[in-house]
Amino acid sequence: MRRDTFSTPELPPSSAPSRLSLDGVPLGQPFVVHRVLTDPRAPERARQLEEIGFNPGEQVMVMTRGIPGGDPLVVRVGQSTFALRGAEAACIQVEGTGGRAA
Amino acid sequence: MTEAVIHLHPPGRLAALVGNPNAGKTALFNRLTGSNQKVANYAGVTIERKEGKLALPSGKTVRVLDLPGTYSLHPRSPDERITCDVLQGTARGEKRPDLVVCVVDATNLRRSLRLVLGIKRMGLPCVVALNMADLAESRGMRLDPDALASELGVPVVSTVAVQGDGDAALRALLERPEIWQPTTTLMPVPQPPGDELPDHERVRQILERLGLDMVAPHLASDRIDRVVLHPVIGPVLLAVLLFLVFQAVFAWAEAPKGWIESATAWLGNQVGALLPEGYLRSFITDGLIAGVGGVIVFLPQVLILFFFILVLEESGYLPRAAFLLDRIMGGVGLSGRSFIPLLSSFACAIPGIMATRTIANPRDRLVTIMIAPMMTCSARLPVYALLIGAFIPNRKLAGFELQGLVLFALYLAGILGSLAVAWILKRTTARGLVRPLMMELPTYHWPHLRSVALGLWQRAEIFMRRVGTIILVLTIALWFLASFPTPPEGATRPAIEYSIAGMLGHGLSLLLAPIGFNWQISIALVPGLAAREVAVSALGTVYALSATGEGTAEALSPIIAHSWSLATALSLLAWYVFAPQCMATLATVKRETGGWKWALVMAGYLFALAYLASFVTYRVALALGWG
Repeated sequence: MRRDTFSTPELPPSSAPSRLSLDGVPLGQPFVVHRVLTDPRAPERARQLEEIGFNPGEQVMVMTRGIPGGDPLVVRVGQSTFALRGAEAACIQVEGTGGRAA
Repeated sequence: MTEAVIHLHPPGRLAALVGNPNAGKTALFNRLTGSNQKVANYAGVTIERKEGKLALPSGKTVRVLDLPGTYSLHPRSPDERITCDVLQGTARGEKRPDLVVCVVDATNLRRSLRLVLGIKRMGLPCVVALNMADLAESRGMRLDPDALASELGVPVVSTVAVQGDGDAALRALLERPEIWQPTTTLMPVPQPPGDELPDHERVRQILERLGLDMVAPHLASDRIDRVVLHPVIGPVLLAVLLFLVFQAVFAWAEAPKGWIESATAWLGNQVGALLPEGYLRSFITDGLIAGVGGVIVFLPQVLILFFFILVLEESGYLPRAAFLLDRIMGGVGLSGRSFIPLLSSFACAIPGIMATRTIANPRDRLVTIMIAPMMTCSARLPVYALLIGAFIPNRKLAGFELQGLVLFALYLAGILGSLAVAWILKRTTARGLVRPLMMELPTYHWPHLRSVALGLWQRAEIFMRRVGTIILVLTIALWFLASFPTPPEGATRPAIEYSIAGMLGHGLSLLLAPIGFNWQISIALVPGLAAREVAVSALGTVYALSATGEGTAEALSPIIAHSWSLATALSLLAWYVFAPQCMATLATVKRETGGWKWALVMAGYLFALAYLASFVTYRVALALGWG
């Protein structure tokens, strides 16, 4: 078990102000994956997210949200598009592109 | 050299296609093997196993296995597990492949190459097919297979699975004996700068060195998604689309149905005229031709429905529909992932139940399996079409075919019933689980005529094989039961009433009379247990034998319109919405769930629901004066 395990995926207090979780970012804006957090209720999830492309440094963008309630979300990661549940997107920490956008 | 290799590797060499879902693997498989395919199941599981023969230009043949798509070598669902087991050589009854062809989506190298690195580590000879190379280049990516080959240490060729000679480079590569060698690779493996690096980091560096690390926007797909996934337009579009599909199933099939009916009647008359009066003539015309012809009539409708499902699947729309429905499905304790198996169940519950293997959550998978038979499968269409044709007037209501509207209502009844059952199961078995979605929405593309045609051909073959085997056998068996024993001297009632089937039907009708079924229906339901559409041919046989004059399949509709009340017809329709009248489905459930328990639970609860629905329908219809 990694040390950066949180009971609920939240921002650690020390994180930079630009660091957000993917379920809370505005639509249509590019971000970069910072890291994928492990949710103890679904321990497999972090690895599965990494396998489908959510790796540190990868570009992500929330394309649209389902109705009602904004869940699930449609997320572009690299060249792929995935539908993710809010709880899944919450495990993905992102930061502003900071000029790294291609 | 070549001779020696041929001796080392006998003609049964096996190449396995492996790749991410949506990498165009199956299109490449179809391109390589043409219609030379064998569709079966893997030992012990009902996961579809597709093998084909590839004839190389030199005349040698290679067996090609199309493995289920996977994102990684850590399986997360039963079908991904098959891929991993086959590659490790641990799949039951399966030879470990001699060569792995990694099918890579050239437009999505980042994710695909991670899988390639993982497969390479398994120690099997491996080549890479850079598929969708044309699409990648049209997006401005400059692909250099040789450069990628030296980075990866395995041979790489470009392929375009959807083009006539798009697999030429791969075929030429498979001719080269050295790629099949288990120990040596074609090129020396360059020691990567940091072997201890995680795979995604290595892939990133490779793509950076090859100048392929930019992220191209998907303009066309995104434009379509702005409409298709729109919060308001999206769901409306989905509803309209499904409605039009069901209208088309009825409207387009009208003409071909007519041709098949006339052909059946003509054949019956021709054969009848050749044979002398007696058992043989009755057997051929009433048993065989009326029975089997009555089912073949519905082939056009089955094919039209499959055509739409295949086109929607090929175009990339189906996962979008699943996304749109995720919230509704969540309300009854399922996820959008259950949508695709359930939609497939509209064609047939068996591929639908098999498709549940993509659902990772075991509870969701079981619930989806349990409600799948309530989706109106194509085997119900013959029954619905017969009853609707006989009892619902052929006129328009608010611009729509009334018959089509009734059909739509029957489909809706099955859907609502399944949602209700899922909701009850949610209340009793789901305990606040968060279930994974992580579903890929592939870029849209035009469906390829070739793949759709191949899919339709396989469905038509399966349908005709059923007609030729189980339906034929049961029809013949029913003819015997309905013809013997022969009526005693001076009998006044139709001969069938004195037969075994007649007695059986009368017995059953005691149980089924409260829901309005007469003894003819009761007889037809017995062989209908084996396969739903058999009930139509059985009714054809029963009425043909009970008619005093001539009776053939084409005459069945007016006969029942004349002899049944509307209440009985509606009750039978309600019965067919729920009744689990398909042994093949129950057998599939047994295999998929690993025992008879769930198959029996399914049969029990669906029969109970069917009886209840028919009872209510019949009583309400009687109260409305439709008796």
